Amino acid sequence: MAWDRNQMAARAAQELEDGMYVNLGIGIPTLVANYVGDKDITLQSENGMLGMGPFPIEGDEDPDLINAGKQTITELNRTAYFDSATSFGMIRGGKIAAAILGAMEVAQNGDLANWMIPGKLVKGMGGAMDLVAGVGRVIVVMDHTSKHGDSKLLKECTLPLTGKAVVDRIITNLGVLDVVEGGLRIVECADGVSEEELRAATEATIV
Amino acid sequence: MKKVYDSAADALEGVLSDGMLIAAGGFGLCGIPELLLQAIKESGAKNLTFASNNAGVDDFGIGILLQTRQVKKMISSYVGENAEFMRQYLSGELELEFTPQGTLAERMRAGGCGIPGFYTKTGVGTQIAEGKEVKNFDGQDYILERGIVADLSIVKAWKADDTGNLVFRKTARNFNPPAAMCGKICIAEVEEIVPRGELDGDAIHLPGIYVHRIIKGTHEKRIEQRTTRKREDA
Repeated sequence: MAWDRNQMAARAAQELEDGMYVNLGIGIPTLVANYVGDKDITLQSENGMLGMGPFPIEGDEDPDLINAGKQTITELNRTAYFDSATSFGMIRGGKIAAAILGAMEVAQNGDLANWMIPGKLVKGMGGAMDLVAGVGRVIVVMDHTSKHGDSKLLKECTLPLTGKAVVDRIITNLGVLDVVEGGLRIVECADGVSEEELRAATEATIV
Repeated sequence: MKKVYDSAADALEGVLSDGMLIAAGGFGLCGIPELLLQAIKESGAKNLTFASNNAGVDDFGIGILLQTRQVKKMISSYVGENAEFMRQYLSGELELEFTPQGTLAERMRAGGCGIPGFYTKTGVGTQIAEGKEVKNFDGQDYILERGIVADLSIVKAWKADDTGNLVFRKTARNFNPPAAMCGKICIAEVEEIVPRGELDGDAIHLPGIYVHRIIKGTHEKRIEQRTTRKREDA
């Protein structure tokens, strides 16, 4: 037993507090919006929007209204629009309380790799380097291991970095870990996962 | 001074040449200057460098200029949606300067504001920092990034008045204002041109001082990822 995608997203939503301005990455992080409940959370989309609403009802799509994943979305009665320089001003300036992002690898010192596999996939970092450098708190949501069963929580990242010592907390299908002095600290294990199983699936030093 | 031109080709007359650095607005396919890109394709101008967050898709946006090999280099943050781009880049035919999205926006803004360089913590300790000056302020490292001054800017807005004041619509604003600001010459394509006095001076998103030529046209405004929910879920 372990958490599925929706359970990981629900766990990540617990990190958010009333009044926060938050940026959600693509993939599982996008699902976090479904689990914020009654909390007053304002979602930022780095292409120039605060107050992002849900997907439009069929037929109401607006080509001038998309999120950072290029998906059609809607606005809310609190929405504000701005240009990309202003958007990253608020990101780099520390005004966004938290970013929830996916990752390929995280190292025990908080190094994050999520933008490039050399020689293979060239897509680009988009806004990820700015986000991890600028926001108040960086929360990674990802599978604990690769498709081949290798730990994605490492002593050192092998892939090109998105940011150095930027990750605060990691939420995986096996549990929740914090980046602390000397390595990772287990905060909790996922339902039906023992601490031994979590340790066995982790290459990084657990303190 | 007359700023309104009849067509994209007219507006490019005398300001477009081979080897130029062009700053283009837009995010994905949203708010891109699609008519000017088409006219640049038809002009045959080549060896162009584009500072643009994305590279379009294979048959729309900057992608149409990749098909015709008119682009020498891209300065972008994300190019994942374009197979022809990938092919040309991996085979070494196309140069690429990856720039983090916020750094790219600020490089444009700074270039337009007379700021030749700025320090940012974005990219510190990554490949992006290689070869760049590192300076420590208050215990934190920052890297030096250069402002961009483009030979030509091409942007898309919703409305303009005949003096070049621009209003954008929703998230189609994105990179358009900073791209416009950093150009020695800026051409804006818009959906509607109104007489001066009709736009609220308090609601201008980009003052006309940055905009030298304007054209009105009909835009396809293609949607890259159509995501919806069912009416009964609403």
